[in-house]
Amino acid sequence: MSDPILRLEGIHTDIAQYHILHGVDLEVPRGAVTMLLGRNGVGKTTTLRTVIGHWQARAGRILFDGAEITGAKTPDRARMGIGYVPEDMGIFSDLTVEENMTLAAATGPLDPARRDRIFEAFPPLRTFWRSPAGTLSGGQKQMLTIARAMAEERRLYLIDEPTKGLAPAIVSTMAGALRDLKRQGASILLVEQNFAVAKALGDYAAVMDDGRIVWAGEMQELATDAGLQERLMGLSMEAQ
Amino acid sequence: MTDAPAHRPTMGDLPLADRIARAMPVLLVPILLVLGFLAIGNPSSWLTLTVSGLAMGMMIFVMASGLTLVFGLMDVINFGHGAFISVGAFVGVSVVLGLAEWTQAPSLLLNLGVVLLAVLAAMAVTGLLGWAFERVIVKPVYGAHLKQILVTVGGLIVIEQLIHVIWGPDEIFFARPEMLKGAITFWGAALEKYRLLAVAVGLVLFVAMRMIFRRTKIGLIVRAGVENGEMVEALGYRLRLVFIGVFIAGSALAGLGGVMWGLYQEVITAGMGEEMMILVFIVVIIGGLGSVEGAFIGALLVGLLQNYIAFLEPKVALISNIGLMTAILMWRPQGMMPVVKAK
Ligand SMILES: Nc1ncnc2c1ncn2[C@@H]1O[C@H](COP(=O)(O)OP(=O)(O)O)[C@@H](O)[C@H]1O
Ligand SMILES: [Mg+2]
Repeated sequence: MSDPILRLEGIHTDIAQYHILHGVDLEVPRGAVTMLLGRNGVGKTTTLRTVIGHWQARAGRILFDGAEITGAKTPDRARMGIGYVPEDMGIFSDLTVEENMTLAAATGPLDPARRDRIFEAFPPLRTFWRSPAGTLSGGQKQMLTIARAMAEERRLYLIDEPTKGLAPAIVSTMAGALRDLKRQGASILLVEQNFAVAKALGDYAAVMDDGRIVWAGEMQELATDAGLQERLMGLSMEAQ
Repeated sequence: MTDAPAHRPTMGDLPLADRIARAMPVLLVPILLVLGFLAIGNPSSWLTLTVSGLAMGMMIFVMASGLTLVFGLMDVINFGHGAFISVGAFVGVSVVLGLAEWTQAPSLLLNLGVVLLAVLAAMAVTGLLGWAFERVIVKPVYGAHLKQILVTVGGLIVIEQLIHVIWGPDEIFFARPEMLKGAITFWGAALEKYRLLAVAVGLVLFVAMRMIFRRTKIGLIVRAGVENGEMVEALGYRLRLVFIGVFIAGSALAGLGGVMWGLYQEVITAGMGEEMMILVFIVVIIGGLGSVEGAFIGALLVGLLQNYIAFLEPKVALISNIGLMTAILMWRPQGMMPVVKAK
């Protein structure tokens, strides 16, 4: 893994008085999907939030495409090309789908060709283009969050549990869209609890426990080793 | 803007009851107008009171719009807002008094010119003052409501005292520009010219604000920021800069409201802004914190109700707005048009 798009070195993050990340070391290679896995509450969301800058790391370094961004402000990190899809989706429900997308294209107007590609991946967004995003169903909102991340060329996507709570049919739409993104050569750091999706999409995996990365390697290796899964995550993901 | 793909409006899919519930706050204004008409009985009295109520409502809206945005966007409770109203009034009235020849000339053009200059001067000074206020007083207390209340009340007192220092301790009486005195008669009702002007200014301002919020990217950023500032930043926008801009604009609007109110009363005091803040807070709360449209409707309701009740039952006029606030909060505890907050 030479020259990763993102590298975390010994990241410690506090939330209020709680010490949540205890020295996260992580490399995210270019043009691949890296799964960030682990039980609930181990610090996956906190890791992504530290990368986008919603939490400031207390110690350690974050290198994005070779440049240190540890102390940079969130908007600057975003403008450097990091797209973020938060766990709670972060939809602007008072704004229409179109307005959400207009904002997502921060550096200029939304490219029509790109918009059409997004419509192809997520047809409901075309249907409800002029509707307030708050009136969308849960699955449609999740489509909109991914679509927002795709509104511009990004060098890295941070995506937090995009299939959480979705009906199986929509999970496969979502997985398809992520697969397309991957096929276009995007670099993605993806938190995903649905193991079937994780296995299908992931090239690499990093497993967290108690605020640290406890295992990192190829997804293939983790997917085929039930014992390893059991040991790392306290359960066999195959069973899910 | 990109061309619109085919779409299906979702309002049409909502059941009738839901659609009425959504539109209800907007319907309250015509309902109040009709109730007022029925209770007052006399059409010309009703028309006079209605114009008076709308004028008052528009002026309160101008003062309230900045406050509700500042709260919505940054969760800042700014009691200092009232000081900008007073300062705006003093600066504006100084211009009106300074240009006495224009003010007293029986020329609509010169009279409107002096009002325009007064407004521009007031907005420039209060905008600048707002910028300083944000940097010195508000910035250090982000996220701490109790400190915000204490510190901004402190700022309010300091600015009021500065007004005493600059303009003297007494209230200032003055006359409105010549052509804005008196009334015109319409359908037997006497309508004060100045009130008609205030209604027009308020309407133009509301429409302009709506356009900015719906049609410009900065407007989208503000609306989105009220709901989820963190996500706006994650999309690459510096909310801090946007907020300073909103704070300055909100202070300038308070200044505008101060000039308008001062010209309406034909007397100004250092404490006038503080007194207005009671109505301004009522409007911001019943409108829904952070909602400009809610504040607009709330302000019209407050203005109309106050004028109708003052005519019908002068004794309860003072508490009518508290009653309105209680009723609306019992119906919608978050205000009429609550802003969805992410957290
Ligand atoms: N806002 C917060 N305040 C306090 N503790 C938090 C907050 N957010 C997360 N935590 C704690 O941080 C730990 C890691 O949370 P999180 O990163 O969300 O885990 P994951 O995404 O892996 O489920 C958990 O123990 C959680 O309770
Ligand atoms: Mg999480």
